[in-house]
Amino acid sequence: MPVTLAHLELRLESSSRRPWLGFARRHPLLVAGSALLLLMAVLALAAPWIAAQDPADMDILHRLQGPSAAHRFGTDALGRDVFSRTLWGGRVSLLVGISVALLATGAGVLIGMVAGFFRLADTLIMRVMDGMMAIPGILLAVALMTVTQASVRTVVIAITVPEIPRVVRLVRSLVLIIREQPYIQAAEAVGTRFHWLLLRHVLPNIVTPLIVQATFICASAVIFEAYLSFLGAGTPPEIPSWGNMIAEGRAVVQLAFHVILYPGLFLGCTVLSINLLGDGLRDKLDPRIARRL
Amino acid sequence: MKYLLKRLLALIPVLAVVAVIVFLLLHLGSTDPAVLIAGDNASADDILQIRQKLGLDRPLLEQFFSWVWRILHGDMGVSVFTGLPVTTMIRQRLEPTFWLTLSTMLFAVVLAVPMGIVAAWRAGTWIDRAIMALAVLAFSLPVFLIGYFLIFGFSIKWALLPVQGFRSISEGFGPFIRHLILPTLSGGLVYMALIARMTRATMLEVLEEDYIRTARAKGLGNTRLLVRHALKNAAVPIVTTIGLGVALLLGGVIVTESVFAIPGIGRLTVDSILRRDYPVIQGIVLVTSAVYVLINLAVDLLYTVFDPRIRY
Repeated sequence: MPVTLAHLELRLESSSRRPWLGFARRHPLLVAGSALLLLMAVLALAAPWIAAQDPADMDILHRLQGPSAAHRFGTDALGRDVFSRTLWGGRVSLLVGISVALLATGAGVLIGMVAGFFRLADTLIMRVMDGMMAIPGILLAVALMTVTQASVRTVVIAITVPEIPRVVRLVRSLVLIIREQPYIQAAEAVGTRFHWLLLRHVLPNIVTPLIVQATFICASAVIFEAYLSFLGAGTPPEIPSWGNMIAEGRAVVQLAFHVILYPGLFLGCTVLSINLLGDGLRDKLDPRIARRL
Repeated sequence: MKYLLKRLLALIPVLAVVAVIVFLLLHLGSTDPAVLIAGDNASADDILQIRQKLGLDRPLLEQFFSWVWRILHGDMGVSVFTGLPVTTMIRQRLEPTFWLTLSTMLFAVVLAVPMGIVAAWRAGTWIDRAIMALAVLAFSLPVFLIGYFLIFGFSIKWALLPVQGFRSISEGFGPFIRHLILPTLSGGLVYMALIARMTRATMLEVLEEDYIRTARAKGLGNTRLLVRHALKNAAVPIVTTIGLGVALLLGGVIVTESVFAIPGIGRLTVDSILRRDYPVIQGIVLVTSAVYVLINLAVDLLYTVFDPRIRY
């Protein structure tokens, strides 16, 4: 196995007495972001075991109660347990965030590579992308949601579509540089098949900035899901999602602030953790673009 | 002048694509658009009526061109729910959204640019870290969380500012401003964070240039150095971010209006979602996109003010 700079760096890091401490000191954002995100993910995934109450169980007699031993985050307007609903809501948010990041990046890579390699398609594709980018993302998502039946799947699609142009632009601009590199011409000269060229020679060179961008897309998708649900164009109301909880809590904000406080805090922490992770990854993976933003 | 004309012409394909997207959306869904608009408990008769009213029974291409033709004549169709022309409904809601967007922009830019400058000037110190931490936080907190926190503190607990609503400027300047403060704060923080980060990044680059060292060597004061020499050269990317960020800002304004019960375009959007009033949503998307594109054109033209090297 060839020794690369990354390996050397890794070795240097592990040679210090407390390897983790050194890594954390050098990449504080990365470590803080991952730790917080891990916590949110564990809470969401372990929801059925941590939260005793069913998130849909109504108890009208004990509605709008403040936090207590029985209900750690209190109860909402229908007497449902806010703690349990908040944890379950994390599942929706993380599912949407990760799905959108993967789908938007995947679609963006495909379209961007086509645009970068075929001049004819490029003009058409970039015109369409310009048009899509001219529509504020949330409005495009709202428009998409009004023409479909609401479900988690349609929410994912509605949030993915407005994110695609940004990935396409990034991939296209990178491909335009890469295709002029000698190694691509060399690969072409020895008769490498086109799909193999893209897969083995182009893709590995754009992975780093893509990972960073996918992280930011994930963060913005989590917020978008909440916004859509809050506006009434998101996850169906019977599914506990943070946006839905805040939308329902709106009517009782003066009586029971806790109903929107906890889902709101969890939402904020999750988005913050993903953004920190993105900042950290960018600093670590690509010091060149790190200077820019 | 010639350039302006060229740029205006270049907007046509962009807006045409927007129109095609907005138009096709309705037909992309798996279900019949008429069924979708009519809602769950509509009779077959209702559906037929809607289909005829919106012209959904005609060939797609014909529908598209007649739709575009009408839009070019300022007719965006009629709301399925209220029966009013879409243009009228949008015009009625324009005022609050206009003022809220303007105040949010002013608030964000006035705060963000100095924040970014100070962070870049004192890069690596605790001031820089504090400002950047604040920016990441503001960028991550959802608009409604900030909004409800502000409502809870300023309106419910201390009763300093009105909880919600909007007052027209014609009803007096005092109430007008008082109703705008909290919505501006909650909608503007994200936008502020975005601009502050960009300002810092660009200023960091500019501050390393030779002419900055020269200016410093000849004994130029800090304010003059930062503003006249550095900021002026960093202005173009910052202004570009301000323009592109308007999409983010408009999204924030829509949610903010919902939080503060402000009867603007955002509220109209929410009402139209609930009523599945697709013609109104189409109109809102079209108008907002046009405004967004025009703002960015204006930004491009502003480049010449900051950088005389750019000539159109």
